[in-house]
Amino acid sequence: MIQIRGVRKSFRDLLVLKGISLAIEDHEIYGIVGQSGAGKSTLLRCINGLEPYDSGEILVDGALVDSQNKKSLRALQRRMGMIFQSFNLLERLDVYDNIALPMKFWGIKPRSPESRKKIEELIGLVGLEDKLHARPRELSGGQKQRVAIARALALDPQFLLCDEATSALDPEITKEILTLLQKINRELGITVVVVTHQMEVVKQICSRVAFLYHGSVLSEGRPEELFIRPKEPEIQAFLRDRSELLPATGVNIQIFFVGEEGSEQPVVTQMARELGRDFSICWAKLEDFRDKVFGSLVLNIEEGDREAVCNFLTQKNITWEVLE
Amino acid sequence: MGGVVSNSGMTAVILTALWQTLYMVFWSTLLSVIIGFIPAVILTLTAPDGLHPIRPVYELLSFLINVFRSFPFIILLVLVIPFTRFVVGKAIGTTASIVPLTLSAIPFIARVIETALRETDPGVIEAAKSFGASDWQILWRVYIKESVPRIVNGVVLLIISLVGYSAMAGTVGGGGIGDIAIRFGYQQYRTDYLVICSVILIIFVQLIQMIGNHLYKRLS
Repeated sequence: MIQIRGVRKSFRDLLVLKGISLAIEDHEIYGIVGQSGAGKSTLLRCINGLEPYDSGEILVDGALVDSQNKKSLRALQRRMGMIFQSFNLLERLDVYDNIALPMKFWGIKPRSPESRKKIEELIGLVGLEDKLHARPRELSGGQKQRVAIARALALDPQFLLCDEATSALDPEITKEILTLLQKINRELGITVVVVTHQMEVVKQICSRVAFLYHGSVLSEGRPEELFIRPKEPEIQAFLRDRSELLPATGVNIQIFFVGEEGSEQPVVTQMARELGRDFSICWAKLEDFRDKVFGSLVLNIEEGDREAVCNFLTQKNITWEVLE
Repeated sequence: MGGVVSNSGMTAVILTALWQTLYMVFWSTLLSVIIGFIPAVILTLTAPDGLHPIRPVYELLSFLINVFRSFPFIILLVLVIPFTRFVVGKAIGTTASIVPLTLSAIPFIARVIETALRETDPGVIEAAKSFGASDWQILWRVYIKESVPRIVNGVVLLIISLVGYSAMAGTVGGGGIGDIAIRFGYQQYRTDYLVICSVILIIFVQLIQMIGNHLYKRLS
């Protein structure tokens, strides 16, 4: 478990973390989300001790992450594997030796039978058996990240920290990497912490997220709670505000479908028939949150129909709101 | 080694000179690379983006290197005579000329190695840190390991410029191909010497560059 309590950090005069508190439970996939500059990567680097923090505390299973105490910090770092946006593989080492690198730092002989077995297992886990002796420059971005993941697992860590790990990859490859992270989380029981600005990462794998805004946790919870009907204007902005695309006349009503039952109910056509009124659908979206479907759509109706429509929706137990 | 020489004497003269050049260049390269590595590593570690930024150390060392690099070699040659005498026991001769050659090469190669080391991808260093690597491990397993091809390139550059400087070392009795070219070819109007010496130097430099390029490719 990683506990973060009131962590503050500044670079010169700029306060980048303004008292962050959150708790990451064992075996979950926790997302730290926000725009660039929100402080999420800095927070991750503080967790791993790559960056010292000014005040507050970060505890990993009760042990303090303290960059002053090199020895205890190294021991903690051994338990936290890390992957990066730019993969950060050593160009002059082949895949095998890249994966073995952390072992070398810990005095584990990379060519011993046990190490060999371990590395072969890892390369199998990330699905690159045929690339064992390739150099990083011969690999695609997705393959490089797979090698980096294998390397991060070489010391059997408890945690896997991912710093914008899929930001440099195209959507298809991103999906594959996320699936791999999920597999690692499930099969090896490793707690995964992802820092990202990509909604698809959050939606596909995160069980819980913290939304960071200008160095503070604006909101924390399950991704569907945070992102389906965001109250906070900052989160709305993060999801890119679409209200400007809606018609300026009439009334815009957003309807939410939660879970699969909701999306199967033919609300819109029912309403049209029962009320005998016309309206246009201006915007609709279905979203997957870890295989669960959430949807919303925006209807534009005449001002005069407002009451009838609102009553109908309330009667049918539909979640809705008027977009002003 | 002065005076007019016959044709068979010419071969001997040139072979001796070639040997002297190789001898001077080899030892001054080896010594300067070994000695120059130390300030290069200190610069890399104490640089603003290094593992242990210490501004005063970095700036002072950097300043000293610049001072030594800006010394014209011919001046250095004369200035270090007392030091040469102290180290070698004499101030004149092929072995003695290794001292000023090495001294002039140290700041050069130190800069070259520093640049090579600092070109290491900071992300890779960060990754190593994240796995709990010690500074010493990062220095050897990441900085130096990743920089080998670039360092080889720098050493090739050093060897080639040392070939040129070794010609000037002839002025303190260093001998060598360049010295023969000047004393026989230029001062005694022996065009044949001049041509042969030049051709040898051209081949030598080409060879070093070729080997260097090949090594760079193989290593990177």
